[in-house]
Amino acid sequence: METIPVEHGFVLAGILFCLGLIGVLTRRNVVFVLMSLEIMLNASGLAFIVAAARWGHAEGQVMFLMILTLAAAEVAVGLGLIIQMFRRFQTVDINVLSEMKG
Amino acid sequence: MTFLFYLAGAIAIIATFAVIVQTNIVHALLYLILSLLAVAVIFYVLGAPFAAVLEAIVYAGAILVLFLFVIMMLNLGQHTRDQEKGWLTGRMFLAPGLMSALLLGQLLNVLSQVDQNMAVTRVGVMEVSALLFGPYVLAVELASILLLAGLVSAYHLAKR
Repeated sequence: METIPVEHGFVLAGILFCLGLIGVLTRRNVVFVLMSLEIMLNASGLAFIVAAARWGHAEGQVMFLMILTLAAAEVAVGLGLIIQMFRRFQTVDINVLSEMKG
Repeated sequence: MTFLFYLAGAIAIIATFAVIVQTNIVHALLYLILSLLAVAVIFYVLGAPFAAVLEAIVYAGAILVLFLFVIMMLNLGQHTRDQEKGWLTGRMFLAPGLMSALLLGQLLNVLSQVDQNMAVTRVGVMEVSALLFGPYVLAVELASILLLAGLVSAYHLAKR
C-alpha cells in the first residue's frame, strides 16, 4: 500500500484556498467573485476529504456532501442576485453597489 | 497513484491560478472546470470514489452549467472584456497576494508540525450511505430544506 504524506494534501487545499481568496479580493466583476468563492468552498471540501483519507473514516465524505449542498444553494442565490443587479444597474462591477456609502 | 496525486495537484493549482488572472469570463469558467476535474482525480486517489463522482457531476456538471447559463443571459461581450483588462493590473494583485501569502505561510507553519503518512484506504459508497441514512439523517433532511430554500429564493430573485 503506497502512502502520501498527509500534509501535502492539506498544503494543496491551503494553496487552492489562498488562490480563491486572492480572486475574491482582486476582482471587480461579480461573476468572478462568485467563482472564487466556489474555489474556496471546494478547497475546504478537499481538506475534509484529506482528513477522511488520513483516518480512514467516512465522516469526512459526509461533511464534503454538506459543503457540496451549501455550494449549490449559495451559487443559485448568488446568481439570482447577479441577474437582479444586472437588470437594475446594467453592469457587473461591484463598486457600483456603494450607494449606501457604508 | 502517488504520481497521479502530485500531477493532479499541479494541474489544479495551475488551472485555479489561470481562473483568477483570466479576463475572458468563459475561458475562466473552462479553467475552473479543469481545476474541479483535477480535484475529482485527487479525491479518487485518496480513496473517496463517491466524492470524486459527485465532484464531477454536481460541481463540474451542474454548478458550472448554471454559471454558463447566467453568463449567456447577461450577454457580456467585448465591452466587459476590455473593462476587465483595464481593472486587472499587476498592482491590484500586490496587497491581496501579500496578505494571502502571509495566511498561506501561517498554514504551512502549522502543518509543518504534522508529520504523518496516510495509508490510502478505500471508503466506498456503502459506508458513506450507511452514515448518511443512519446517524446523519437529520443533517440530510436539513440539507434538503436548505436546497429548497435556495430554489425558492433563486426563483424569486431572478423573477422580473
